[in-house]
Amino acid sequence: MEPTSPTAKPQFSPAAQAEIKRLLTHYPDDRRKSALLPVLHIAQAEFGGWVSPEVQDLVAETLDLRPIEVYEVSTFYTMFNLKPVGKHVLEICRTGPCMLRGSDELTAQLERITGAKVGGTSPDGLFTLKEVECLAACGFAPVVQVREKYYESLDTEENVNAMLNELKSLVHRPILPWEENGLPTSLRNN
Amino acid sequence: MGRKLLTEHVNVEGIETFAVYRKHGGYRAVEKALKMTPDEVVEEVKKSGLRGRGGAGFPTGMKWSFLAKPEGVPRYLVCNADESEPGTFKDRYLMSKLPHLLIEGMIASSYALGARTSYIYIRGELLYVLRILEKAIAEAYAAGFLGENIQGSGYSLDLHVHPGGGAYICGEETALLESLEGKRGNPRNKPPFPAVQGLYARPTVVNNVESIATVVPILNLGGDEYAKIGVGRSTGTKLFSACGHLNKPGIYELELGVPVEEFIYSDEYCGGIWKGRELKAVVAGGSSVPILPKELILKTAAGENRLMTYESLSDGGFVTGTMLGSGGFIAMDETTCIVKNTWNFSRFYHHESCGQCSPCREGTGWLEKVLHRLEHGHGSMHDIDLIVSVAKQIEGNTICPLGEAAAWPVAAAVRHFRDEFEWHVTHPKEATQPGAVYRGNLVLA
Repeated sequence: MEPTSPTAKPQFSPAAQAEIKRLLTHYPDDRRKSALLPVLHIAQAEFGGWVSPEVQDLVAETLDLRPIEVYEVSTFYTMFNLKPVGKHVLEICRTGPCMLRGSDELTAQLERITGAKVGGTSPDGLFTLKEVECLAACGFAPVVQVREKYYESLDTEENVNAMLNELKSLVHRPILPWEENGLPTSLRNN
Repeated sequence: MGRKLLTEHVNVEGIETFAVYRKHGGYRAVEKALKMTPDEVVEEVKKSGLRGRGGAGFPTGMKWSFLAKPEGVPRYLVCNADESEPGTFKDRYLMSKLPHLLIEGMIASSYALGARTSYIYIRGELLYVLRILEKAIAEAYAAGFLGENIQGSGYSLDLHVHPGGGAYICGEETALLESLEGKRGNPRNKPPFPAVQGLYARPTVVNNVESIATVVPILNLGGDEYAKIGVGRSTGTKLFSACGHLNKPGIYELELGVPVEEFIYSDEYCGGIWKGRELKAVVAGGSSVPILPKELILKTAAGENRLMTYESLSDGGFVTGTMLGSGGFIAMDETTCIVKNTWNFSRFYHHESCGQCSPCREGTGWLEKVLHRLEHGHGSMHDIDLIVSVAKQIEGNTICPLGEAAAWPVAAAVRHFRDEFEWHVTHPKEATQPGAVYRGNLVLA
């Protein structure tokens, strides 16, 4: 049997490394672990919307932590995806106030349009549907979060379509503030 | 129209920038505070009667006075921006529209407490708001309101924003501190309280976003003047998050004391119930507080008008009253199924239980499962007593108040809407029709 080539070890981009360095100045020198959640967010943004075991190991190495310290945190907080996801993860709020204004119907509608089931990804790999609890936008229900953006008042066909069309038009995910310097124009959406 | 102390300039173009905020009187409270002693600032907040705006309603000035101040040990102010209580979205609004108001409050409060480093712990979902805050913080540093020797006063402060990762429990202050230390959000046993051993085992005060922002108008007006606004021990103004079946959901800043009926029906506020329907019930202070039927939310058991104050909303205790809580005001119209809604909330608490204490970890699961079968027409009369009993056994038996938060909504729903639960048992076929709702003996599809 041919030996399989080892997967290249993931590395943070220079922009991400600079951002992590900045974040570490926020905490006392002997409290680097405090940066774990912010660094996990950076990792998830850098490596395709989820944190693989290899990426979590990289986070551990970056912060001088034991891998288990990262695993126990990544499995506790719901925002970290532990399995590969589609290009856009639609986090649909399902809690009371959104339910009162039609989140069940919205979920069914999104399943129908995208072809994905909640917890799964559409056949074209574009959309992963995920049900989440209260997003603190109850007055503008129902609500979906995609990465750092909130899409609100999704009780009309028009708003739902506008959201999906906007997402479909994105070639790359939106640039984050710490990436603004030095990002090749080929990776910019506009 | 009442006075607006927090949101007066919210619609001013560019108010999220330092320059415009400053032009509208911004950072005057910091300038004033820096000319006072820290203890004098604490005294103003005590005099104001400000009660914690996160939900518990504990007097902020008193909380501040508990802070231990051992020589040579750093102490911290941590702002709780983990807003996650279903029905509540005021802090998100405040931070995204008026980032400098929170920063100004953080500086004045940190000065009062003697903190040299302060944190805003914001829920991870609000990364876009974190970006807004970081931008505003950079402006405040550039203007000399943060960093070394603020405005030549000799006082120095660093302020950082820290994101969570998606966990309701981190709104509990000791879970929040664990999370800020890079750990799972498991609440700590108390004592020791954070005021003695908080962040990094150092003395720490944790305050809600709105509480800290309110320090700004308190200092501008003076504590005594601020205390004149409102009714009795419910002083000042408060942000309410109106949602559910209202014509005009959104954020309203009220002088405490507005009648509930006026808040719901007046065009100045929520503009009544949507689609011309009748109001059925209200959860007045975030999903954790007891639900009340229309009759009891509009008037107390004694027949008096209920007011938007801490005291009036809790009039009657948990038998006929509720709590002001976080100000998350969820209105439900006549077509709302209370059983389904209660099940939904129980699913939330089960999902969000950190799993540390058995009564909560197991109890919330039982509540969700039994409510699910009641809602889906497979329940028995015994199940109704079972959920009340499980709720009772969670209450008071957990490290943190998530146990109570899970138990209260269930107990209250059965207390006020028992016949609706029974109808789900006696009429499973009708109850499981899409859109079916119990109204006395009527089924409306």
